[in-house]
Amino acid sequence: MNPITRIRSRTVVMPSSNIDTDQIVPARFLTTTSKDGLGKALFADWRYDANGAPRADFILNKPEASGCRILVAGRNIGCGSSREHAPWALVDFGFQAVISTEIADIFKNNSLKNGLLPIVVDESTHSWLIEHPGAEIEIDLASSTLNVPARPAVSFSIEPFARFCLMNGVDELGFLLSKNSEIEAYESRRRA
Amino acid sequence: MSAPKTMFEKVWAAHEVTPQTADTPAVIFIDLHLTHEVTSPQAFTLLRERGLKVRRPDLTLATMDHSTPTRTEQVFGGAPISIESAAKQIRQLEKNCAEFGVELLGLQDSRRGIVHIIGPELGITQPGKTIVCGDSHTSTHGAFGALAFGIGTTEVGHVLATQCLLQKKPKTCAIEVRGKLPRGVMPKDLILAIIGKVGVSGGTGYVFEYRGEAIRAMSMDERMTICNMSIEAGARAGMIAPDETTFAYLEHTPRAPKGKAWDTAVAYWKTLSTDDGARFDKVVEIDASTLEPMVTYGTNPGMVVPVSGRIPDRPGDAVFDAALKYMGLQSGQSIADAPVNVVFVGSCTNGRLIDLRAAANILRGRKVAKGVHMLVVPGSQEVKRLAEAEGLAEIFKEAGAEWRESGCSMCLGMNGDTVGKGEYSVSTSNRNFEGRQGVGARTLLASPETAAASAVLGRVADPRQFLNA
Ligand code: SF4
Repeated sequence: MNPITRIRSRTVVMPSSNIDTDQIVPARFLTTTSKDGLGKALFADWRYDANGAPRADFILNKPEASGCRILVAGRNIGCGSSREHAPWALVDFGFQAVISTEIADIFKNNSLKNGLLPIVVDESTHSWLIEHPGAEIEIDLASSTLNVPARPAVSFSIEPFARFCLMNGVDELGFLLSKNSEIEAYESRRRA
Repeated sequence: MSAPKTMFEKVWAAHEVTPQTADTPAVIFIDLHLTHEVTSPQAFTLLRERGLKVRRPDLTLATMDHSTPTRTEQVFGGAPISIESAAKQIRQLEKNCAEFGVELLGLQDSRRGIVHIIGPELGITQPGKTIVCGDSHTSTHGAFGALAFGIGTTEVGHVLATQCLLQKKPKTCAIEVRGKLPRGVMPKDLILAIIGKVGVSGGTGYVFEYRGEAIRAMSMDERMTICNMSIEAGARAGMIAPDETTFAYLEHTPRAPKGKAWDTAVAYWKTLSTDDGARFDKVVEIDASTLEPMVTYGTNPGMVVPVSGRIPDRPGDAVFDAALKYMGLQSGQSIADAPVNVVFVGSCTNGRLIDLRAAANILRGRKVAKGVHMLVVPGSQEVKRLAEAEGLAEIFKEAGAEWRESGCSMCLGMNGDTVGKGEYSVSTSNRNFEGRQGVGARTLLASPETAAASAVLGRVADPRQFLNA
């Protein structure tokens, strides 16, 4: 995982609320045994028509979406299935951050483990972002702030440990493995 | 005396390897790790890449359910599995389990079934345990007073390698259910009503504890239906305090403790209930006695109305309008007028014996309406055997329904059991998301009784008309 400190990008806006992980990656794409190439399956049922051709009116198929690394979604994104294929697909497509007013727990955890920043903002910031698709914004992880044009900087909350991992490009498994002696102690306590 | 604690707090505290600090989440020990073919391959790959072993194969159990076939000839008859990538995934799980020494209840194993149905059947789902699985409906196991929740594939790798997870302590929410469920109103209707009330994100960050008279009166099968759908309100886990019903269920399961170990276990399990005076971060109250059978009309489980109700109107809500457009339904329309093409009885929500009995009870001596395709898929091979022994399978077949081998099947349509584009499905599963049961499929979630009644009438139907005769 590459370290992330700052993301500066135009936004893609998908205003639907409650976008669930079945929409992000439909189940028929889950028969894969690797993580690679899932970007093709991202929002497949919204992105392609019955013949598999891209729908011109879907936001991710529009020229202005190209190169955008920040997805602004309507209220509550990521509910439903625990499939990590959802953040894998978003990352494979090129996204580095997802912004909403609410982000479902498992999706948020899965995102953090894959270098995809889940950012929860207040209603007013969210409405502004929804109303200004393509706005150039900046996420500064070190200070946990979001800089939006012509508005005061907004701070967002992120677990200190998750932030540490993201900024240093390290994963949590290393930390868990370093707890081996504590885990052994716990196991022998339980056996007693 | 120590401060009164909730059941969740007791189970959490018993599993802290290291507590949460200002800089790091808690390290939580996992007592049972269930795994299946869809969310595990990349986790085993991670172990291989890092040269790691499975730390506690004795606490790990694998099965196959999501992409597995339900047609007998493909399960037992050697016929090729119709989806090549699914077949590959199944073979990959066999290979991974053999290589890492994990017990697998494979395709032809008589104990195979949906992961959330076999844990309880085997008796490895027990009060006070921490249970995880790479599947959001792991919340089901909370019906036994376990802390059980779904995790992603990276976390599956963490648990395989360390038997632990990094977790931030969630908040607690009591769901107080007053009164008794009326006849014809099932636990599925109650949980749909709860989700309708709390909203699909209302439980985010919380662990639910379901309490009250209606919950205490339920069998374990019924309690599992309730806990199963906690995730549909955003709560990762839902718990119910263990009691005599729980112990009676577990006592005869093959892997529950036996003899003296059983007595020790029960004595411990009895200490798990929430103490009087313990504080929850939030409380939601609902009166079971006023409920009716519930049916969803939209594209998330919170969009739900009583079967006698009408689809609401939300002027100016474009997202709501888009959901109705997808469903081909209109505001103001009565839900009982919605057409039905497919009826699915099954899934980890309603694929247990009691659910099949409820559906069969309505279908007995009746026929599935012309033009309706009804599929009944038992949640496990054990449920299948019991249902066949009781004659339920015969009732389904005589009514004109299809009877299959166990698996997730049409709940998510990964194995090719799908609902056609634009078709209406009354389904006992848990998600009515766009395309969940197939591209363009329109899902109406309901109880097994409502599903069976709808199959008979060929439109969404109130099951109570068939019960009072
Ligand atoms: S039955 Fe449906 S919800 Fe349950 S585990 Fe299978 S796919 Fe998931």
